[in-house]
Amino acid sequence: MLNCEQATRLASEGLDRPLTRKERWALKLHLLLCRGCRRYRRHLEILRRISRTYVKGAGDRD
Amino acid sequence: MNHTPIPFGDPAFLESLRRQMLRFAVLQLSDRTQAEDAVQEALAGALKNADRFQGRAAFRTWVFAILRHKLADALRQRYREAALADEDDTQHWFDDRGHWRPEARPREWGDPEQALHDAQFWRVFEACLQHLPPHQAQVFMMREFVGLDTKAICATLDISVTNLNVLLHRARLRLQTCLENRWFAPGEAPHAEL
Repeated sequence: MLNCEQATRLASEGLDRPLTRKERWALKLHLLLCRGCRRYRRHLEILRRISRTYVKGAGDRD
Repeated sequence: MNHTPIPFGDPAFLESLRRQMLRFAVLQLSDRTQAEDAVQEALAGALKNADRFQGRAAFRTWVFAILRHKLADALRQRYREAALADEDDTQHWFDDRGHWRPEARPREWGDPEQALHDAQFWRVFEACLQHLPPHQAQVFMMREFVGLDTKAICATLDISVTNLNVLLHRARLRLQTCLENRWFAPGEAPHAEL
C-alpha cells in the first residue's frame, strides 16, 4: 500500500511517462481512499493547464 | 566480452588486470555495480587501441589512466546528484510515515478557470516560480514550458531519470502549495511559508 508521499510522486511521474499497470493500480487504490491525494492529483492537472496557458502568452497580458 | 581481439593473446593476463582494476574501483566508489561498469568501460576503451601498445606494462598504465578518468566522472556525477537531492526534502509536506501533515494537506481550489483570466493571478504564478530553488525551476520550465521529455532533459543537464523525477515532484509540490496559499485557498489556516 502506497503512502501519500509515494502516491504523489507516482502522480507526478504520471505526467512525464506512462505508468506501468501495477503503478496505475496502486495509485488508483490509494486515491480511492485518500482525499488529500485526490486533490493533489487534480491540482497537478490544473498546474499543467496553467503552465500551458502561461506559455501561450496569457501571462503577458495585463 | 565482445569481438575485440585480446591483446597479447593471453586471457589470463586480461582477467588478472580486470581483477586489479575492479579492486581499485570498488575502493574508490564503494559500489560494486558502479565499479564494474567503470572497469568494463575502461577496458573496452583501452582494448580498441590495444595494438598501439608494445608491452603489457604500457597497456596496463594506459588502462588504469582511463579507469581513473571514469572513476572521477562517476564521483563527480554522484556529488552533483547528492547536491541536487539535498536542495530540499519533502518533510515540509509529509510526516515520517509519508502521510500528509494536516497543515500541508491540499485544500479545495474551487474553479481554476477564473484564475486564468485574471492578470493578478499570473503575477502570483510568476512569484511562485521565482520562489522555487534554481534546479527545480529549471527542470520544471524545461518540462512544462519548453515541453522537453525526460530523455532530453536528462541528456541536457546530465542528470539521472530518478533525479529529474525527484526535482519535478518537489517543484510541483512547492508550486501547488504556493498557489494555494496565495490564490486558490488563502486565509484558511495558511500553510507555513516555504
